[in-house]
Amino acid sequence: MSEFLRDAIDLQVQVDAIGLGAIFALMAVGIGLVFGVMRLVNFAYGQLIMAGAFAIAFASERDWPVGVGIALCFAVVLALSLAMERVVFRPLRTQSAAVMLIATFAVAFLLQSIALLWFGPLGKTATSLVQLNRPVEVGGVDIRKITIVAIVTAAVCLVLLVALLNRTSIGLHMRAAAIDAQTARLLGVRANAVSTVSVLIAGALAAVVAVMLTVQFPTVTPTFALQETILVLAGVVVGGMTRLLSATLGGFSIGYVSGVLGGALPSAQSQYLPSLVFGLVILVLLLRPDGLFTRGRGLVERV
Amino acid sequence: MTLTVTNLEVAYGGVLAVRDVSFTVNPGEIVGLIGPNGAGKSTTLHAIMGLVPSRAGEVALGDKSLRGRTPEAVARSGVALVPEGRRLFGELSVEENLRLGLAARPSSAGVAEDFAEIFELFPVCEEFKHRHAGALSGGQQQQLAIARAMMAKPAILLLDEPSLGLAPTVVDLVFSTLETIAERGIGVLLVEQRAQRTVALAARTHVLANGELRLTLTPDDAADTDRMVAAYLA
Repeated sequence: MSEFLRDAIDLQVQVDAIGLGAIFALMAVGIGLVFGVMRLVNFAYGQLIMAGAFAIAFASERDWPVGVGIALCFAVVLALSLAMERVVFRPLRTQSAAVMLIATFAVAFLLQSIALLWFGPLGKTATSLVQLNRPVEVGGVDIRKITIVAIVTAAVCLVLLVALLNRTSIGLHMRAAAIDAQTARLLGVRANAVSTVSVLIAGALAAVVAVMLTVQFPTVTPTFALQETILVLAGVVVGGMTRLLSATLGGFSIGYVSGVLGGALPSAQSQYLPSLVFGLVILVLLLRPDGLFTRGRGLVERV
Repeated sequence: MTLTVTNLEVAYGGVLAVRDVSFTVNPGEIVGLIGPNGAGKSTTLHAIMGLVPSRAGEVALGDKSLRGRTPEAVARSGVALVPEGRRLFGELSVEENLRLGLAARPSSAGVAEDFAEIFELFPVCEEFKHRHAGALSGGQQQQLAIARAMMAKPAILLLDEPSLGLAPTVVDLVFSTLETIAERGIGVLLVEQRAQRTVALAARTHVLANGELRLTLTPDDAADTDRMVAAYLA
């Protein structure tokens, strides 16, 4: 037990856990933003990341420059996001939450099956950015470059998003639509524009996550990012779905906790990690069903 | 521009909520719409805004049809609604609520002047512009709701029971504001429960009962309570 605790507070484990938390936080923002504006839980978010990862692997296997691979990743993820919004989300916007969730399940498994048909179960390898796994020494601790990149990128993305939401009129329209979509529309806020913009922002974040995950997991298979997405969805609910901030904190927390437990568990017992994490999820949900980071009431009618 | 509603018919699941309703609202004119609960007053407003589909009839602003359009398209064509219960964004600031009113405008040209004009008409909005809208009193919230609709620079302003739950002195303030708004050339359609006051204020007041227009009253009828009661009971 003492060894477990010593490993858990080990600086390197901590830094890696924060890095994982940062990536999960970005995914949580992507899921939380679309939920806020459209009341839609996008289970297919992980498959967007998977598609972006395949784009990077595709470019990497052809020895295309890193920049081209990243550009291809963004292009693929954004195009898929737009297509999803137009073909599935928008027509179903007025349907029940259950209908929309099942529709995104269908999209998720459709994309996964297409990836399986095109790239096979073994997938492809993305090696263009693996040098970011090399460590740099900071204050006596070896930190992988990707961890620093992930933390800085997540911070920059979140600051940009907050600026967009608080300082632009489309951001104001998105916040209004998230609070009360009908009243926003009565004021002239274009529902379609708001949902398109939020889906595109979520897509851009998925592309960023795809780039960072392929560095750490260069083998891209059709189930790439699937487990991470399930963890983040749990984190978003644990944090509190109704607010972007609480959803983001929830995503960060579940990434951080997974990172710490993963680093502290002896490698022989690492198979217990998911059970431990989801056991914690159930515990938190029982204690704080409205969300760990929400204040007071949960889903209430806002007047 | 004139708002023209012609033979409007709205049904909820086969039951007619509004039938054969026709009226016009001219620029600079206050038109009242009164009637008991469930008479179809709010439904008429919702049909104009495109919130509920109309089964028959026509809604037009000037010579442009609004029928079958989305709420945001109706708002963008120049009709603003002050909804029942105000529907402010309580956790956003007063200023942000006002800025949301700009959403219906094609461009944000002249916004600074418009803010100044709105603050002149509704000083309370300037005084509390950084406060959360939800922290205002009921009367202040109602003024903000009207101010927000006015930020859209509408040709026609629709109000759904703006006096609901307000103290009598605040009702006076709201009603006198509506006069000022009409003087600026905006057509006002006022849905109200306060029958007598509405009849006294509006150029014409239509009495709606059971989804049909029963009677049209003018300010001269305001003192004639018998006639109003009869209209309600008809």
